[in-house]
Amino acid sequence: MIKTICSVGLPVDETLEIRKRRITPTGRKGEKKQLKRISVVTGIHGDELEGQYVCFQLARRIKAEKEKLTGIVDLYPAMNPLGIDSITRGIPAFDLDMNRLFPGNRDGDMTEYIAAKIMEDIDGSEVCIDIHASNIFLTEIPQIRINELHKEKLIPLARHTNVDFIWVHGASTVLESTLAHSLNSRGVPTLVVEMGVGMRITRNYCDQLVEGILNLMREMGMWQGETLTPRVPIISENYQDVSYLNASTSGIFVPEVKHWERLKKGDLIGNIIDPLKGQVLDEVIAPVDGILFTIREYPVVDAGSLLGRILRQEALAGSAQEE
Amino acid sequence: MKKKIVYEIKALYRDDLRITGYEFGKGKKSVCIVGCSRGNEVQQLYVCSQLVKRLKKLEEEGKLTAGHRILVIPSINPYSMNIKKRFWPTDNTDINRMFPGYDLGETTQRIAAGVFGAIKDYTYGMQFTSFYMPGRFTPHVRMMKVGYEDVELAKQFGMPYVVLRNTRPYDTTTLNYNWQIWDTKAFSIYTATTTQIDRESAAQAIRAILNFLAKQGILTYHGHDGYRSMVVEDTDMVPVRTKTAGIFEGIVRVGEEVSKGQPLANILDPYEGEVKEQLTAPVDGIVFFAHDDPLTYANTAVYKLITREA
Ligand SMILES: [Zn+2]
Repeated sequence: MIKTICSVGLPVDETLEIRKRRITPTGRKGEKKQLKRISVVTGIHGDELEGQYVCFQLARRIKAEKEKLTGIVDLYPAMNPLGIDSITRGIPAFDLDMNRLFPGNRDGDMTEYIAAKIMEDIDGSEVCIDIHASNIFLTEIPQIRINELHKEKLIPLARHTNVDFIWVHGASTVLESTLAHSLNSRGVPTLVVEMGVGMRITRNYCDQLVEGILNLMREMGMWQGETLTPRVPIISENYQDVSYLNASTSGIFVPEVKHWERLKKGDLIGNIIDPLKGQVLDEVIAPVDGILFTIREYPVVDAGSLLGRILRQEALAGSAQEE
Repeated sequence: MKKKIVYEIKALYRDDLRITGYEFGKGKKSVCIVGCSRGNEVQQLYVCSQLVKRLKKLEEEGKLTAGHRILVIPSINPYSMNIKKRFWPTDNTDINRMFPGYDLGETTQRIAAGVFGAIKDYTYGMQFTSFYMPGRFTPHVRMMKVGYEDVELAKQFGMPYVVLRNTRPYDTTTLNYNWQIWDTKAFSIYTATTTQIDRESAAQAIRAILNFLAKQGILTYHGHDGYRSMVVEDTDMVPVRTKTAGIFEGIVRVGEEVSKGQPLANILDPYEGEVKEQLTAPVDGIVFFAHDDPLTYANTAVYKLITREA
């Protein structure tokens, strides 16, 4: 069943609609009210597309074994439809990051109204998964990011989702206006997935997450089908676990290593080059031992641009993932 | 007057990003004035350029009080201005959401840190800023309620209004907020426009700043005293919202007095020209903000009114 959760007229002959697909178990008419519900949300950032394939594939998997479904699945593939269809990260025309508008306001302007309607619709879910795909600059290993305020509740859930990494980060006032923070504050446990890269679909990551969502549903009693044993994620709760690599100068970044590669301190990660002068402007060197969980995808960099993130060896050592 | 580079970044192919400041007088860091931080803030740039011109003349005439230093930075974001983008050219971040900045962080965090390092120790900080919705304002001084804002001081600008508003989560990364945290008395100054130059309100803002500086003993200036500012809480303003989207036909202008029931604007059907909706004043008041884009979305606060009792 496809349902419009919010509809707003635009100035010239167009209506903005946010739609969801609801999949309900068959033959359980009388007990629908008691069924648990999972909401899978994506497309808040219009240039992040990994979640598109996750929604598609998740629905196919569930439909193929519909008799195994014992909860309600709500799929929201496009929270920012104007953004997705116009290749715009934020809300076009307003130049606003949609993930800074929550919980919204029913009586506010169009963008705040939309945010409020989204909140209303998701409210009451047993769990929510908000799928992001980094941005066009950086590729991320499948991971769940958790605000430390909500870690007690969310880490146990995140462990079921088959991601490689769980990153608990510090609280920040700016992040109070995200969908996830607003839902978590309202009592809907919400997991933020970051994976892949903007403007692309990375199928193996999407498939990995689909398995994870089914597994989470199984753990929560919404799915009776077979699921794989999920990966054991590396969990980082200490901000010192992560070492940031920022460009020392503007130029073109050319990597010399692969994503999710183990590095030793002193390894060459890549070069920042100047094609006009034919020079290497800077060698980007691993400052610590660890694993490269974020890597720069977009070659043009300014001084300061993020080139990668390394999870330090010490953080890996404490984890079951260490082989 | 001393022209100096406050912060600089080398680019790959573009000219270097230079953030340029103009320093007047010598001595303690008394006043810092920042113009545009976004690429469309042309009025903010214009006001600062006119202010630099005035301060240069006042300095030459010996009207600046000894022992005070004034720094004016017309633009902290020339890169975006030159390519007509509102936010940072590559990653679309807003420098005015990056304060206090981080010198080892991302590019706009570094810019914010570089600028903030140079301006954080001033006694008074003023920033010309803009609203995210298109429209005209009645000129005013705006302050965030951080707990120790000095409203009486804000009145000394002699702008028609001093507007107080509550802080929202994202405010904590603005220049104004961080100035206040670092003990600078900070004010945001709004003139009428952003993307268009409005000479009248620019001149008013310059008079306001010179008046203010004269009252603090920083310079000698005998302009007319300006207004006795009315203090208004942002939450006390009455928004007038569209119910529908379409062509916006404004009837009243900023600064006009309106009576309850008076037509303010028509929303027209974009194809058939019929009036879809007429907006009327819900209260007696003065038009403080007026939308000035030819199209409007639904639920948009196209006017904000200040009631006479406020
Ligand atoms: Zn995102």
